Amino acid sequence: MNRPLIQTVNLKKYFNTPRGKLHAVDNINLSINRGQTLGVVGESGCGKSTLGRVLLRLVEATGGQVLYNGEDILQYNAKQVKKMRAKMQMIFQDPYASLNPRMTVSEIIAEPIRILGTITDSRELNRKVFRLMSTVGLAGRLVNAYPHELDGGRRQRIGVARALAVDPEFIVCDEPVSALDVSIQAQILNLLMDLQDEMGLTYMFITHDLSVVRHISNNIAVMYLGQCVELCSAEELFRNPLHPYTRALLAAIPEPDLNHRMGEIIKGELTSPIAPPAGCRFANRCKHCADECLRQELSFSEVTPGHFVMCKRYSDDI
Amino acid sequence: MSDKFFSIENLSVEYIADDEVVKAVNGITLSMKRGETLGLVGETGAGKTTSALAVMRLLPPRTGRVVSGSITVGDIDILSLSEPEMRKLRGELVAMIYQDPMTSLNPVITVGDQILEVLELHKRQSKAAMKARVAELLELVGISAERADEYPHQFSGGMRQRVVIAMALACEPELLIADEPTTALDVTIQAQVLQMIRELKTKLNTSMLLITHDLGVVAHTCDNVAIMYAGEIVEQGTVADIFNGKRHHPYTNGLFGSIPRLNKQSKRLNPIEGMLPDPTNLPEGCNFSPRCPSCMEICKIKSPRFVQSGTHRIACHLYSSEGGANA
Repeated sequence: MNRPLIQTVNLKKYFNTPRGKLHAVDNINLSINRGQTLGVVGESGCGKSTLGRVLLRLVEATGGQVLYNGEDILQYNAKQVKKMRAKMQMIFQDPYASLNPRMTVSEIIAEPIRILGTITDSRELNRKVFRLMSTVGLAGRLVNAYPHELDGGRRQRIGVARALAVDPEFIVCDEPVSALDVSIQAQILNLLMDLQDEMGLTYMFITHDLSVVRHISNNIAVMYLGQCVELCSAEELFRNPLHPYTRALLAAIPEPDLNHRMGEIIKGELTSPIAPPAGCRFANRCKHCADECLRQELSFSEVTPGHFVMCKRYSDDI
Repeated sequence: MSDKFFSIENLSVEYIADDEVVKAVNGITLSMKRGETLGLVGETGAGKTTSALAVMRLLPPRTGRVVSGSITVGDIDILSLSEPEMRKLRGELVAMIYQDPMTSLNPVITVGDQILEVLELHKRQSKAAMKARVAELLELVGISAERADEYPHQFSGGMRQRVVIAMALACEPELLIADEPTTALDVTIQAQVLQMIRELKTKLNTSMLLITHDLGVVAHTCDNVAIMYAGEIVEQGTVADIFNGKRHHPYTNGLFGSIPRLNKQSKRLNPIEGMLPDPTNLPEGCNFSPRCPSCMEICKIKSPRFVQSGTHRIACHLYSSEGGANA
């Protein structure tokens, strides 16, 4: 196995609220190998976007480590962070809100290069912008267009081009297709996969959509209320889902197939992530919930090689 | 048998922008029987919501107008009604569940009072009787009646959508229009709300027009399906026709090819190239022709008519010379 490009060690992000600490990211241990994709799945409020932002130091972690090529980037000073951003970029969820409406397409794509100062010659910069536009499938005539003149799919292509502008190794894709129509969504997913093949990019792909994540990921982490409850290869997750929440998520997806029947629907909703009680956070919605689930702290145990679960039902076998 | 309860005939709707005319809906024809669920499927800008607003007579008054066509619910011709007459029927005969539960509720009125408002407009009843009905409606959609005095912000997204559904059901409408009722919700909550809608529909024998872009939702809730593209219906049939039939409109094939599937691992998706045509400047001939992988010469000149075989109708030149009675 090759060394992970990026790894988190007991990563935590708590937000202070008037009612106590909100556990957005709680002891997350993940790693992504170079050239691979880790899918992070969960419903709104599970902390998946915060996790992506903490990795890029867009929000500061409360504790733990983020190792990039073995170095803890949480210890970096401002200058080092700026340098790090040339390696790590992000594609944002909402192509309507993440582009400055007063900048043209070329200004948006060139901005990261300008900030990092990697290309100073203006003609070379121009060529780079055109190259990036053709890489992501944007017609060159749009170079002076403003975002409002373009539809969602084209705007998201600008977001992709901007992330690629500084030739990064690692990109956090935060729900890059959820604001798009299905036919456009498929275009962007294909684009992201082609770019990975060509450039050897490493992705963290954050989404709420399990079918999208299956399509694009090597490994998948399932998050629930700030914790990672299951982690394994994409294939294993769909063949042998272990955590009751993962099973519930899979059961809830309506497949476009008349012979498909949805599985058992779980009751209830997310509980508050503010000052969560000890024990399993899924317990109140879980049909297997036993007394000990409410008392004991759970461990993230490796049930079969490479398949980790945080559930009392599997921790006793170890 | 063929007693249509709800029908739209040749409906066209335009929006007038500064100096342009946006052709949002272009001559659609639909019908459904009592108790049925019809899925209206399409992507952003296909004209789904505009069609629904036309049925509710809620098109923006200055910019939107029905150019031609008729809409009938029961034996009432919706488009010929005066505004006061329509106001009486809105909620009682036809009601709508709006897409976004975060913005379709009034943030400064308790949910109980918002449901009560619907009853006050339509029913002459005592306050106590109406209060009791509010409690009943909340329980019906799975919310404890004690929460009637809470405000929308105290509810989660799924719970708010239940409140919106309770409002729509308050006067037991005969036709329910649900505009992307679960799009803003998480999957586990979507599954709960869809199950509830299915159960309520059976219990109350309501007819439903379900607007969605999600073919998965359609497979699990609808009896019939109409696929819309650029303001037109391109394919129509029973769910079996659409999901299991052999022949499809190329756009329908494109939609199915774009969806990543759970039970199949394929390396690449097969999206539809290009994007929706500009509704102020629709192409000659078939609206889908610029994106169509099987586009022929005739497609660029003449817009296709429906080819019918049984319950299945497809508007595409690919099938027009083959067997099956022309519609």
